[in-house]
Amino acid sequence: MVTVLARAGVWLVVLFLAVIAAALAADGGFAIHMAIVALAAFVCLWFTLRNTDYAAVSRGIFRMPVDEGRYDDDPIRWGVIATVFWGMAGFAAGLFIALQLTWPVLNFEPFLNFGRLRPLHTSAVIFAFGGNALIATSFYVVQRTCRARLAFPGLARFVFWGYQLFIVLAATGYLLGITESKEYAEPEWYVDWWLTIVWVAYLAVFVGTIIKRSEPHIYVANWFYLAFIITVAMLHVVNNLDMPVSLLGSKSYPLFAGVQGALVQWWYGHNAVGFFLTAGFLAMMYYFVPKQAERPVYSYRLSIIHFWSLIFLYIWAGPHHLHYTALPDWAQTLGMVFSVMLWMPSWGGMINGLMTLNGAWDKVRTDPIIRMMVMALAFYGMSTFEGPMMSVKSVNSLSHYTDWTIGHVHSGALGWNGMITFACVYYLVPRLWGRERLYSLRMVNWHFWLATIGIVFYAASMWVAGITQGLMWREYGPDGYLVNSFADTVAALHPMFIMRAFGGLLYLAGAVVMVVNVWATILGKLRREAPMRDAAYDPVADRPILAPAE
Amino acid sequence: MAEKRLDEATNTETVGHEWDGIEELNTPLPRWWLWTFYATIVFAIGYCVAYPAWPMISGATEGVLGWSSRGQLQNELDAQQAARARTVAALADMPIEQLPDHPELMRAAIAGGSAAFKVNCVQCHGAGAAGSKGYPNLNDDDWLWGGDLKTIETTLIHGVRQPGDDQTRQSMMPNFGADGLLTPEQVGQIADYVLTLSGKARASASSQQGAQIFADNCAVCHGAAGKGSRQFGAPNLSDAIWLDGGRREDIVAQVTRPHHGVMPAWGNRLDPVTIKMLAAYVHSLGGGEDFAETPAPPDTQPTEAE
Repeated sequence: MVTVLARAGVWLVVLFLAVIAAALAADGGFAIHMAIVALAAFVCLWFTLRNTDYAAVSRGIFRMPVDEGRYDDDPIRWGVIATVFWGMAGFAAGLFIALQLTWPVLNFEPFLNFGRLRPLHTSAVIFAFGGNALIATSFYVVQRTCRARLAFPGLARFVFWGYQLFIVLAATGYLLGITESKEYAEPEWYVDWWLTIVWVAYLAVFVGTIIKRSEPHIYVANWFYLAFIITVAMLHVVNNLDMPVSLLGSKSYPLFAGVQGALVQWWYGHNAVGFFLTAGFLAMMYYFVPKQAERPVYSYRLSIIHFWSLIFLYIWAGPHHLHYTALPDWAQTLGMVFSVMLWMPSWGGMINGLMTLNGAWDKVRTDPIIRMMVMALAFYGMSTFEGPMMSVKSVNSLSHYTDWTIGHVHSGALGWNGMITFACVYYLVPRLWGRERLYSLRMVNWHFWLATIGIVFYAASMWVAGITQGLMWREYGPDGYLVNSFADTVAALHPMFIMRAFGGLLYLAGAVVMVVNVWATILGKLRREAPMRDAAYDPVADRPILAPAE
Repeated sequence: MAEKRLDEATNTETVGHEWDGIEELNTPLPRWWLWTFYATIVFAIGYCVAYPAWPMISGATEGVLGWSSRGQLQNELDAQQAARARTVAALADMPIEQLPDHPELMRAAIAGGSAAFKVNCVQCHGAGAAGSKGYPNLNDDDWLWGGDLKTIETTLIHGVRQPGDDQTRQSMMPNFGADGLLTPEQVGQIADYVLTLSGKARASASSQQGAQIFADNCAVCHGAAGKGSRQFGAPNLSDAIWLDGGRREDIVAQVTRPHHGVMPAWGNRLDPVTIKMLAAYVHSLGGGEDFAETPAPPDTQPTEAE
C-alpha cells in the first residue's frame, strides 16, 4: 500500500508540473505537449490508484497467455504490437509524401505539408517501427541467450511506455511545426531529455540481464545490441547539446554552429544508420537467422573480426555526407577512406547470415520466413556495397543531393531493416502468444513478394531518377553554359516519382497482409492451407536456467 | 555449454559454444573477404598520402598530389572561362545595338543568357519565362518599357522601381480607391469601362459613367483609347494580356490599391556581358522588337504595352 501511495504521489507531482507548464507555456506547441504529458501522467495515476493488475489488463485486451514464471515476455508482446502499428503508420506516411512529391496539390497547409510529414515518416519508420523492433527483440534475445529473466521488470515496462511517449511527442511536434531542423534528430530539447532518461533505463535493463546470465559467454547478438545501445546514447547526447530559450517553451539553440554543427549532425546521422539500422539489426539477424534455419552460425571468427572492425570504422565515416562543402578537405578524405574500408566489415555480417544456411539452402524454397531473411541479407549486402561506393568523392559529385541517395537509403531500409523485422515478427508472434503456428505461412509468402516487388520499383526508379538528375544538373551546352534549370529536372523526374509511389503502395499492401496475419495469429486462428516449412519450437527448452550452469 | 563437434552438413568443427540451441562453426575467415579488406586498407593509406588527410596543429597534410577542393573548383572555373573567353571579350567590346549583325555571337549570347536566366530570373518569371500574376510574361510582344535589345538591357541594368537607382524604371499609379480619389462606385464603373476596351464586356450604363471618369483620371497615362504608354510604363488595357489579372475584381483591386512589382537592378549584381546575354536571350523568346530610333508618340504606338 505504501508503494502504491508513493507511486501515486510521483504521478500526481508529474501531473501538476505538466499542467502548470502547459498553463505557463511560451508557445502553443509546448502547451499541447505538456498537456499530452499531463494526460500520460493522469493515465498512470489512474491505473496506480485503481491498483489495476497491469498484466491482467494486457492479457485481457490482447488475449495473451498467462506468464508461467518464465521469460518475461510481456514487454516484448507489447513491443511486437507497437512495431506492427508504427510500421503501418510510417509506411502510410511514406506513401503519402511520395504522392505529395508527385502531385504537390496534396500538400495541406500547414499541418500536412511535405516539410512536416517528411520527418514524421522518417522518425516513424526508423525510431518507432525500427526502435520498437530493436527494443522488443533485444529483450527477447538477451533473455534466451543469457537463459535469464529480464533484470528490473518494472524498468523494462518503463522503457517500453516511455519510448512510446517519446514517439508521440516527436510525431505531434513535427505536425505542430516544432523541430530542431536536424535530420533524424528533429525533436526539441525536452523530448531529447526524456529519450535520454528512457535510454539509460534501457541500458540498465539490458546490461543487468547480461550480468545475471546463466551462460558462460555473451552471444554475438548481444555484442551488437550493446554496441547499438551505448553508441546511440552517445550520439544522441552529443548531437543534442543545446540551450533552451525558456524552460517553458519548445525552442532551443544548438551548442555547435556552422560547419562544426554540420559535422556533428552527420557524425550523428551516419552513425544512426550505422548503429541503429546496421548494428542493432545485425543483432536481430544473429539470433533469428540461425534459429529459423536451425543451423549453426557460419563462422565464429568472422563474427569477432567483423564486429570489431565494423564498430571501429563506422564511427569515422560521417563526413562523407559533407563532400564538397565547407568541411575541410582532410576531414572529407577521412570520411571517404573509412567508408571504403567499411565495405568488408559490413559484408562480414551478410556472409555470416547467408552462409549460416549452408546445409539448409533448400529451406529458401520451402520456408517463407527464411526467404524473407535471405532477401533482407541480400539487400543489406547491396546497400552496404552501394554506400562505400557513393562515399567515393568522384561518385559522390554525381550522386550527392540527388534521388540516388533516397534510393540507396530505401534499398537498405525497406530491403534490410523492413524484411528482417517482418521475419522476426513472424518468428515471434506464434511463440509469444503460445500458438501452434502462424495463422498463415502462405500469407507470409504474399507479403514477401509484395514487399520485394515494391522495393524493386522503389530502388530502380530512384536510381534512374538520381542519375538523370545528377547528369542534368551538370550538363553543359556547346557554348559552355548550363543547359537545365532545377525545374527542368523536376519535370523530367515525374514518371519516376509515380513509379516510386507505386512501389511504396506495394510495400504498404504487403504490410497490411502482415497485420491481418499477425492479428489472426494472436486471436488463435489457423488458416486451412497447404503446409509450408517452419522452424520447430520446443516450449520446454524455452525457459531460463535458474541455477548458474558452471 | 556444448562440446565441440563436427557439423555433418559442412564438415566443419563447432567452437563448442551454445546459446538457446544456437551453435557456431569454427570456419576460418573467407580468404577473398580478408584480402579485399586488406586491399581497401591499402587503398585508404595510399589515398591519405595522395590527398589532404592528416590533421595537424594548425592545418592538415596537403597530400603529394597537391589537390584541394577549392583548387579543383578554381581550375574548372578557369577552364570554363578560358573556353568562353573569346565570346566574352567580343561581347564586352560590342555595343548591344550591333549584336544582330553578328549571328554567331548572337547565338552564343543567347545560350549564355539562357543559362543566366535559369539561375537569376526563373524565380519570378518562371522556367519558361511565361511569368505569372504580377510577374510579366517575357514570351509575348506586350512590353511595358519596350522590347528592343537596348531597352531590355536598360531595364535589366536599372531594374524596375529599384530603390536607390536614379535611372530605374519608375511608374506609380495612384491609390485611386484607397486614398479616396474615387468612390468605390466610381472604381466599379471604371472597371466596367476597362472591360469593354478589350471586348470582355458589353457597354452598359455603368461603363458609360466609367468612360468619363476614365477620360478624366486614367487617360493621361493609359491613353484615351487605353492603349498604354511606354513613356510612363503604363500597361495597354485593350488587349488580352493582364499583368495583375483581367477579371472585374482584379481590376477593381488594381484601381483601388495598385500592385507595384519590383525587379532588382541587375547592373549591381551581374557583369555587363552577362546582362547583354540576358537581353539577347529575352529578346529571342518571341516578342523581341527591332530598334526604334525615336520612340513613337505613346497614343499611336501600334505595339502594345502591358
